Amino acid sequence: MSGAAYESVIGLEVHVQLATRTKLFCGCLNVYGADANTNVCSVCTGQPGALPVLNGFALELAVRAGLALGCAIASRTKFDRKNYFYPDLPKGYQISQLERPVNGEGSLRFVNEAGEERVVRIARAHLEEDAGKTMHPDGDRSSLVDLNRAGIPLLEIVSAPDLRTPQEAYRYLTELKRRLRYARVSECDMEKGSLRCDANVSIRPAGATELGTRTEIKNLNSFRNVERALAHEIERQTAVVEEGGSVVQETRTWREDEERTETLRSKEEAEDYRYFPDPDLPEFELEEERVDAIRAALPEMPDVKRARYVGSLGIPEATADVLTADRDAAEWFDACVAALPDGGDAKGVANAVTGVVLALANDQGVSIADLRLTPERLVEVVGLVDDGTISRQAARKVIAELDAGDEAPAEVVERLGLAQVSDEDALGATVDEVIAAQEKVVEDYRGGNENALNALVGGVMKATKGKANPQLARELLIRRLGGAGG
Amino acid sequence: MSGPSPAFRSAVALRDDALAGKLRVAEIVEETLARVARTEPTIDAFLHVDADGARARAEELDRRVAAGEASGRLFGVPIAVKDNICTRSMPTTCGSRMLEGYLPPYDAHVVERLLAEGAVLIGKTNCDEFGMGSSTENSAFKPTRNPHDPTRVPGGSSGGSAAAVAAGVVPLALGTDTGGSIRQPASLCGVVGFKPTYGAVSRRGLVAFASSLDQIGPFGASVLDVAHLASALAGHDPHDSTSAAFEPPDYASLLSRSVDGLRLGVHEDFLEKIKDAGVKERLRAAVRQLRDAGARIVRLDDLDFLTRVGIPTYYLVATAEASANLARYDGMRYGPREEAADLAATYARTRGARFGDEVRRRILLGTFALRAGHKDAYYERACKVRRLVQRAFAAAFERVDLMIGGTSPVAAFPLGRNVTDPVTMYRCDALTVPASLAGLPAASVPCGRTAEGLPVGLQILGPPRADAEVLSCASAFEQLSGRFGDLAPLAVEAAAEGDDA
Ligand SMILES: [Zn+2]
Repeated sequence: MSGAAYESVIGLEVHVQLATRTKLFCGCLNVYGADANTNVCSVCTGQPGALPVLNGFALELAVRAGLALGCAIASRTKFDRKNYFYPDLPKGYQISQLERPVNGEGSLRFVNEAGEERVVRIARAHLEEDAGKTMHPDGDRSSLVDLNRAGIPLLEIVSAPDLRTPQEAYRYLTELKRRLRYARVSECDMEKGSLRCDANVSIRPAGATELGTRTEIKNLNSFRNVERALAHEIERQTAVVEEGGSVVQETRTWREDEERTETLRSKEEAEDYRYFPDPDLPEFELEEERVDAIRAALPEMPDVKRARYVGSLGIPEATADVLTADRDAAEWFDACVAALPDGGDAKGVANAVTGVVLALANDQGVSIADLRLTPERLVEVVGLVDDGTISRQAARKVIAELDAGDEAPAEVVERLGLAQVSDEDALGATVDEVIAAQEKVVEDYRGGNENALNALVGGVMKATKGKANPQLARELLIRRLGGAGG
Repeated sequence: MSGPSPAFRSAVALRDDALAGKLRVAEIVEETLARVARTEPTIDAFLHVDADGARARAEELDRRVAAGEASGRLFGVPIAVKDNICTRSMPTTCGSRMLEGYLPPYDAHVVERLLAEGAVLIGKTNCDEFGMGSSTENSAFKPTRNPHDPTRVPGGSSGGSAAAVAAGVVPLALGTDTGGSIRQPASLCGVVGFKPTYGAVSRRGLVAFASSLDQIGPFGASVLDVAHLASALAGHDPHDSTSAAFEPPDYASLLSRSVDGLRLGVHEDFLEKIKDAGVKERLRAAVRQLRDAGARIVRLDDLDFLTRVGIPTYYLVATAEASANLARYDGMRYGPREEAADLAATYARTRGARFGDEVRRRILLGTFALRAGHKDAYYERACKVRRLVQRAFAAAFERVDLMIGGTSPVAAFPLGRNVTDPVTMYRCDALTVPASLAGLPAASVPCGRTAEGLPVGLQILGPPRADAEVLSCASAFEQLSGRFGDLAPLAVEAAAEGDDA
């Protein structure tokens, strides 16, 4: 394949479910996994005479998302009806936004696979209601419809066709998800359907400015599959063009099992949705004060958080990157910092979070937010390390124990006998024994070999079964043997 | 029993007697049901009569009287409800086979208000299917007949409600008005009908035909009764986003006896250009009466386009909205389903078999008006013209307090005459759609009869939120004309029989 001859042009349409308590136009609960058709009412089942009333919190979350994505927030907004028939669409139309979306143009900044900073434009992000879910039970000619999802608030975020590679699409999605989770707009959990993505892709000769004919890919259930499906589709389009054919505008579906895309419907079958303003929901003003208040309450975004960690907490950049990669870790760390006494060791806590706690969560396959270990307890453990009560190695054990039970750190240290020997008299005897037993090493050290000292400290640690305070052991050894190369 | 029989008396009198314990609600209900039984074979005003429900309700209300806990603006008053307004106690079919047997899971906001005010729901009245029509002949179940002449239509689409009041069956009824569906049947049946300002009355539970035009309103034999019901219906409802955020005053207490100094605008399209001589004569006489009583009649010459653009604009906006509003009737969740081989065929069969001709005609028209490539020329252009209509009215109301004219260019016409000619039928709405497009309050009050004995209605229009002023002028005119409830001979006969009993 002549990869350099063609350039791909990718745009993504992402639907996120907004984390509201209730649906977009009625009071039914917005929850995942309830029994079929239990969260429904006359409005979201489209009973005759039922009327929609906009959920103010959904609007607030939409604006919040817009602010997190740097979108121009509309001063006036309205809803339109998108007309089509399907059994899971109770009213025969979907309430969406065509002409005056809540959020206009914005942008998303991220670093691509080549390490370059990319700024991808966002065309719009509008509110709309979700449809229900149609199920086709095996061996049954009938279909079942669950309307629990009908009316759940969605934000559709449409990117400009600014992405150039499948890897960029992956990174765009990762950054989009990160910002929306930071803004607490949505959980963006693809497995639970709270984030869905369709991809548009076309190819053109490298350097051309005109857009080629695009296809739309649906049924993408993970970011990895978005990346894979795009790679396959680009390959397919390139082959079509290189064989002298032309790409047909159509909607394709990703067959994960077969690692390929296939035609779902062609453009000729595309529907005319006959959009028009919903007369049940008059156009309204989004007052500046209201938007300002939402902006003021916007949670700290990842870039700002990272700068704060590095700038005012003195955390190394690499550690700050790990901490801010996901909202849950950053917020967990923020809770640690809040629990830290004045002048406390933020860096030590950061290292413990990235080095131990995240691994603990990872091992259990849960979010850091779901650990039994609390930020306050971790701060206590780091304090025990700093004052020499326990070693860093022992701290790992304590942290694991804390996550398994309800003990206080001091209790765990006591129960497992993890307290370090930090008493000079107690440790002095052991140090003397090690010096006596390892004549050769002592000689090396005296001969100027610095590494020999480490071996001697190791000897002390071994003799005390790890309980010795290594710092103190080192000091005592130096005091007794004199400086290196003496 | 002495005096006129209960159902023939005004709603206010019935309520006062019921509250005072002079008349048991049970008696009112029995008399009403007896009247239903006597008139229905001739006029067919009802699609459903809830005798058991009404009797149970009467018992409950009588217990309240006995316990000294009776109250309510409409206490003990029997009321009929148009069948496109949701009632959980009675089927709501909208006159359509599509909703045959449909029992809503909730009461419309206005029904909640009626019940809170102590009213007794008697039944659901016949209407053109989904409110689409001007004669009630588009009901999928049966036509309703005009009590003044059972060979003629009662008007529509709220023909059942107008006829039930005109026949003296109930003192009050609810109708809905999208392009004239309260005012035109009120005019043809000789009763008072009132379309409130758009947004004054919640639409929650009104089965939508054209959401930006639909409005619920009262029918009654007198303006005072209508004002009481209008006040009971109006008020903000947070569950309707188009509900106006204003608390309307108590219309009944604001009714005036005088039109002295009132500036009343008249445009020739609403009067002199009416072709039916009998109708025009009654309207001219009404204007004279008002002038003689001190009203200043102001000729409005620059409103020609209201009637010229009214019909096409209205039919584009209303049908476009209807095409979406009626999309939910697909046989999937409620209502009957016509099974077919696949999904598309099931939709087509269900909607093809269950919707009547006029409804399908309007859905097609509206679907066309919204189609890509046609939307600019039809739907969007109609919306622009609609704004011009609103502006023209606003300008007119700088010069006059209210406008008066005919409600319908014709009196009640014989059944079957216009059924096959939709355009002639649409023209029946020429004088009522302009106010609908602008969301104005408008009433129709009886102003006499033609030589054939057919009622004629005077239409009174006001600027938005001038509901009280419109009703007040209607009341003053009612005093001048001396017509309190221009009820049908049928009703009078029925009353006489009732008295004999
Ligand atoms: Zn609901």
